[in-house]
Amino acid sequence: MKIVHRLMLLVLGAVLSVSSLADEYSDALNTLIKGNFKEKAKAVEVIAASGNEQSVVILESMLEGNLFYRRSDNLLGFAELVDKKYNFKSLDGTETEEGLGKRKVKKVSVNNSLRKQLRGLIAGLQLISGTKAQRKDAALNMLSTVDESMVPLLNSALKQEKENSIKKLLMLNIAMVDIDSNDEKIWQPALSTLRSSLESDVRNKLVSIQEVGPEEKQQAITDALQSIEGKVNFYGGVENIFFGLSLGSVLLLAAVGLAITFGVMGVINMAHGEMIMLGAYTTFVIQTYVMPNWVDGSVLVAIPVAFMVTGAFGILIERTVIRYLYGRPLETLLATFGLSLILQQLVRTVFSPLNQSVATPSWMSGSWAVNGALSLTYNRLYIIGFSLLVFIGLIFLLRRTYFGLQMRAVTQNRPMASSMGIRTGWVDALTFGLGSGVAGIAGVALSQLTNVGPNLGQGYIIDSFMVVVFGGVGNLWGTLVAAFSLGVVNKFLEPVAGAVLAKILVLIFIILFIQKRPRGMFALKGRAVDG
Amino acid sequence: MEYLKAFLRPTIRDVAGRRMIMILAVVAIVVPILNLAVPQGHFLHVSTFTVTLLGKYICYAMLALALDLVWGYVGILSLGHGAFFALGGYAMGMYLMRQIGDRGVYGNPDLPDFMVFLNWQELPWYWHGFDQFWFAMLMVILIPATLAFVFGFLAFRSRVSGVYLSIITQALVYSLMLAFFLNDLGFGGNNGLTDFKDILGFNIQADGTRVVIFLASIFFLVLFYAICRFVVVSKAGRVLVSIRDAEPKTRFIGYRVENYKLFAFVLSAIIAGVAGALYVPQVGIINPGEFSPINSIEIVIWVALGGRGTLYGAVLGALIVNYAKTWFTGAFPEVWLFALGALFVISTLFFPKGVAGIFGGKALDAFNRAADKYRKRSGEANS
Repeated sequence: MKIVHRLMLLVLGAVLSVSSLADEYSDALNTLIKGNFKEKAKAVEVIAASGNEQSVVILESMLEGNLFYRRSDNLLGFAELVDKKYNFKSLDGTETEEGLGKRKVKKVSVNNSLRKQLRGLIAGLQLISGTKAQRKDAALNMLSTVDESMVPLLNSALKQEKENSIKKLLMLNIAMVDIDSNDEKIWQPALSTLRSSLESDVRNKLVSIQEVGPEEKQQAITDALQSIEGKVNFYGGVENIFFGLSLGSVLLLAAVGLAITFGVMGVINMAHGEMIMLGAYTTFVIQTYVMPNWVDGSVLVAIPVAFMVTGAFGILIERTVIRYLYGRPLETLLATFGLSLILQQLVRTVFSPLNQSVATPSWMSGSWAVNGALSLTYNRLYIIGFSLLVFIGLIFLLRRTYFGLQMRAVTQNRPMASSMGIRTGWVDALTFGLGSGVAGIAGVALSQLTNVGPNLGQGYIIDSFMVVVFGGVGNLWGTLVAAFSLGVVNKFLEPVAGAVLAKILVLIFIILFIQKRPRGMFALKGRAVDG
Repeated sequence: MEYLKAFLRPTIRDVAGRRMIMILAVVAIVVPILNLAVPQGHFLHVSTFTVTLLGKYICYAMLALALDLVWGYVGILSLGHGAFFALGGYAMGMYLMRQIGDRGVYGNPDLPDFMVFLNWQELPWYWHGFDQFWFAMLMVILIPATLAFVFGFLAFRSRVSGVYLSIITQALVYSLMLAFFLNDLGFGGNNGLTDFKDILGFNIQADGTRVVIFLASIFFLVLFYAICRFVVVSKAGRVLVSIRDAEPKTRFIGYRVENYKLFAFVLSAIIAGVAGALYVPQVGIINPGEFSPINSIEIVIWVALGGRGTLYGAVLGALIVNYAKTWFTGAFPEVWLFALGALFVISTLFFPKGVAGIFGGKALDAFNRAADKYRKRSGEANS
């Protein structure tokens, strides 16, 4: 039997003496050039079984249509099309020729059955001898095409496989074949294996055989499908929460600086959005002008630099404008709004009114596939983690350091703090600088998610105020809860109402909420309320 | 005691206001003559463009007046007054849209162009009636008033005040902007309402029509000024000012603070709505951009620069800032935002009383001056 033959070759290939196979191998290569499809089918089996290092590459390029031979000397090789000419390279890489005309080379032709066979063979080769990632991919890709002929191969792969996750995938493949049987002893265990999988291929397979076979089996499959649907829906919910948390972490980053300037100091800083924008532009400048060759690290460097740049801006603003306006919140609002206009125009004049592009470092792209129904992108994961880190850092700063102590003292009782020797003016300036600096850090994170342009900050200022007010002014934990809950609520409303309407609904909700609890979710109690 | 004296002394002598009305009256007589009677090319001729521009300023002045009533006299800093303005404008725009009839690009007699474009089959229910001028004008007043009433009722009753109120008014105008950008809402989405043809049967582009709308704008500005003036010097107006200066105390005396606030807020919204309705036929378009939060904040700077709590100062501020804006954006477009930003900072830092405070020290309400003194004294006593 063909399958057994192939299996034996595969398993024993490495043990058998190389010389006897070497002839067969070069014969097979020749068949690829001259033979008909039937002969080619046999030849590829031989190539696959040869254990030659190059066999996977040859089969793959044959499948993709990159395997050619030169007409002049029937030399097999790879060719790629460049400007209507072929660049030819022989299999062993010793002979190369560029700019060959169309008639000088000929593609090794394949038909559909050969393609299917090739896919199976490649998957088989990778299952046995590939790296861990290759084996996993191969096992995953086989799911859609697996048939009876591959079962022995799968079994042998299963025997030598040590990685548990790949073992499971291999068993899943076998179950995909077994499920077709009408023998109760075979399909029942197969179904219980399939039941636990969330791959869409498995679902498609079950749907396609839902109405075949004995009634008992049909019933069991319907049950299994229902349970899979349930799990998929559950993971859909988990994914939604994840998106919500990532939106919430963006809100948290944008709002936590405001929670300090507005919540702790009582200063309405309408230029807060522009501090975020300046942070994003700092990232842009560092990436483009300072270290253009090291994108991966530039974002990390940008974090402290942005903190210092925007913090310095904050201190400057506090010393020149805001300190004259303490106790007049509405006037502060107007003055800082004027500053935000100036900063926006400044960026427009210095850079350009257009959006700038900031590259994403390689370690932030890609995603983590948890299972067939759930995958989480790295950049969102990092930003959730980052926002929490910033938050914890701030809490630590406020609760555990001398500066935090001074800050709280000044907020609670300014004259008393002053008479205890705290330089209240400096504490004010530094606190405002801290809030602005955190906004700058938020800007670094946001540069990875949205366009960096002069209007970047404007989009976040209203949201940030909403978060701070919703959470309760003067309460950092309230800000945390508010940011994440608003993010999650928003993401759950989106599929129902659409993105824009969801945002409007959230805003209306907050407006109504403030009517009910004017001091937010976690209101400060006692004297501080009216102070 | 001085505060009490101020209460007793009737201070209805409004020198600055009377001067302002006189100037407006002169403008209302001279400008139409120079536009219609003086031939084009003559050096005294005022172009229709200028008339429209002046009309626009007058509408802005009305809007500033509306904000000054609530901010200057009641202390409600609304960052969402653009919402009432734009809603009034949309009501007018809907009337003008219906007047186009079958002269649109698609020639559909029943549906405005953008609805045909979106493949709508019939007019949404809320568009019915807007082909009648009286109905549209009723809506110009009712829609902003209703929104202000509902919003104010909820906010004032639960004692949302100060900065919190400012922020949620901003959220209100922002969410309205997002909503009006939606095509499905039936107000033309991004493009808004435009391509108007005529109003009450008169061509909207014609010089005569423009002049009449300009005159109507001046008329309403004077009318609303008189109404506001009447309100603020009335007994209720004094309660409003005392709410501004000491809300809890006013409440403890026994006044229903929220009702007074609501009254002022709704009146202000109506004024803003009418201003918007007069604005739209002059500029020829209304789109969701009018709802953008920055527009609403700009109104605040007109009032702040002119001098809050004086009414005529607001009018003055709107005219000065908008003239400056026209001039700057023409001559140095790059510099305008710097200038506007600097205006915000400088006027709040150095001229908290605005232009009216610099030039019209005497004209400032004796009443406001007394209140100022009172505030200063009680401030000293507190600290």
